[in-house]
Amino acid sequence: MADTNLISLVEKQHIVSLLDHGKRTDGRAFDEFRKISIIPGYVAKAEGSAIVKIGRTKVIAGVKAQLGTPFPDTPDSGVVTTTVELVPIASPIFESGPPRAKAIELARVADRAIRESKCVNKESLVLISGKKVWILFIDIYVLDHDGNLFDACELAAISAIMNARIPETKIVTDEEGNEDVELLETTTPLKLDYTPISCTFGKIGKHIIVDPVLKEEGIEDARITFAFRDDDKICATQKGENGTFTVDELKKCIDIASERTKEIRSQLDKITDAKAYPWSEET
Amino acid sequence: MAKEKEKTVLITKDGTRHDGRKKEDIREIKFEVGVLDRADGSCLINWGRNKILAAVYGPRELHPKHMQMPDKALIRCEYRMATFSVPERKRPAPNRREREISKILGEALKPAVFDYLYPRSVIDVFIEVIQADGGSRCAAVCAASLAIADAGVPMKDLVAGCAAGILDGQVVLDLDDVEDKEGDGDLPFAYLPHTEEVVLLQSDGIFSQKEYKEALDMLIPASKKIYQMQRDALTNRYSRITEKVIETLDKEKTPAKSKEKKTEPAKKDSKKKADDKKDKEPAAEKAEKKKSGKRILGKKKTSPKEKAEKK
Repeated sequence: MADTNLISLVEKQHIVSLLDHGKRTDGRAFDEFRKISIIPGYVAKAEGSAIVKIGRTKVIAGVKAQLGTPFPDTPDSGVVTTTVELVPIASPIFESGPPRAKAIELARVADRAIRESKCVNKESLVLISGKKVWILFIDIYVLDHDGNLFDACELAAISAIMNARIPETKIVTDEEGNEDVELLETTTPLKLDYTPISCTFGKIGKHIIVDPVLKEEGIEDARITFAFRDDDKICATQKGENGTFTVDELKKCIDIASERTKEIRSQLDKITDAKAYPWSEET
Repeated sequence: MAKEKEKTVLITKDGTRHDGRKKEDIREIKFEVGVLDRADGSCLINWGRNKILAAVYGPRELHPKHMQMPDKALIRCEYRMATFSVPERKRPAPNRREREISKILGEALKPAVFDYLYPRSVIDVFIEVIQADGGSRCAAVCAASLAIADAGVPMKDLVAGCAAGILDGQVVLDLDDVEDKEGDGDLPFAYLPHTEEVVLLQSDGIFSQKEYKEALDMLIPASKKIYQMQRDALTNRYSRITEKVIETLDKEKTPAKSKEKKTEPAKKDSKKKADDKKDKEPAAEKAEKKKSGKRILGKKKTSPKEKAEKK
């Protein structure tokens, strides 16, 4: 029971009747995101990091880079993995312990958007083919849960990647001809090919809304997330919850998601501010 | 080595795929309903080289009790892969992929079931992938919905699904393992054909908006085709039962008159009733396609008797 997001009947009816009148509890349009802000480089010890706020939802992502061996079937490719933790500080409905289905789904969708978009140029992570590559761990912690963790986590992941700098390296060869990697003092940004951005919809009754808040999520029948690349191509989808969508609704969602993600991408510079105060109450 | 294999032609310019299929062709699918004895409902699906078993237990009491819902049943789905189902042995413990798929399959099945009829109970759906060859989650959801129907749980529709994907810039249906690994995108999809609602949708890989929408448009007729196969499999299962029962009854009747003493009349009567019921059902099925829920509920009553009959 602890992991359910319970909304009282009165509140539910209130939200639904507002929607019936074309309004949302926080005054947004149906296809409008909450205010998004990104604070990059919050963690100096990480190779890259970012706090992303979507309204009152806050998540932090950090990138750690380690030297490792590539997978045997992809000797000329680095490794990028994304994880998400729903830590108990973020919400009374989160508990410590091994991840539940919800956390696993969230992590896998964020990972899918990052991986499938091929945003990080994985060849650029190879130092010695088949032997030494960079392994990037993108770990996301949800800090404050007010809905739409999917978009927040995805945005945090890509922001942290954009913020990341990895050490430059030199290949040294010993007398026996063995190659090894020597890390230098200087750092270089990661080579990025794309910036995937996702857009999540909640469906409540007949209404489909962008970026649902926690309360809207609590009563939503179905959820769908689309992640788009810079070239306007879809790189990840995930439908969730027990409700359904019609094909026409899906097509409409794709159109809206394409616009919203483009807007967010074009505003990345504007909404990214390393000096912003991450813990304010602004919504 | 894998890279060299990649060069094998996935799709030729005239749209022929590596296994000879055309763009919109799906692999051969065979459903077998009621293959397991102990389960309340079961289904084996052979979809290309996929072999997947689905078993349903329930509606039954839900433990732990705090998970019980006062107004509806919980649909608990567990998707697992056998260790030998894939080229390299899979570790037996459920991995993250399996747990995610379990979650989304449960969510995909739920809209099809009248869950409010069984408050405080659980309908357990167990899916075991015996052999995997691409598109296993869509095959699993098709099989699972038949297993639920076989268990006699009232449903508003069956769940039919299929995957689409991109091969060398062309949208194709139903990727197999080779195409899934080498292709550029995968889009699993499941649908309630009667109510025209999408219950499962995921994607990975790169799709342009046009390709994505084209894929959706191709998936609908394919799902309807699969739906028809599912219906046939169900009808087949129950007409088979009807035939068997009639056969058994005929056998019993003839010797009963000549040689044997009286069989207990009560038992005979009940069989007759069952017989009557079953006679009606296949006809009703064909006529009333839509009310699959009621129809299936009716069947539930007959199936245990049929089992008794066999013994």
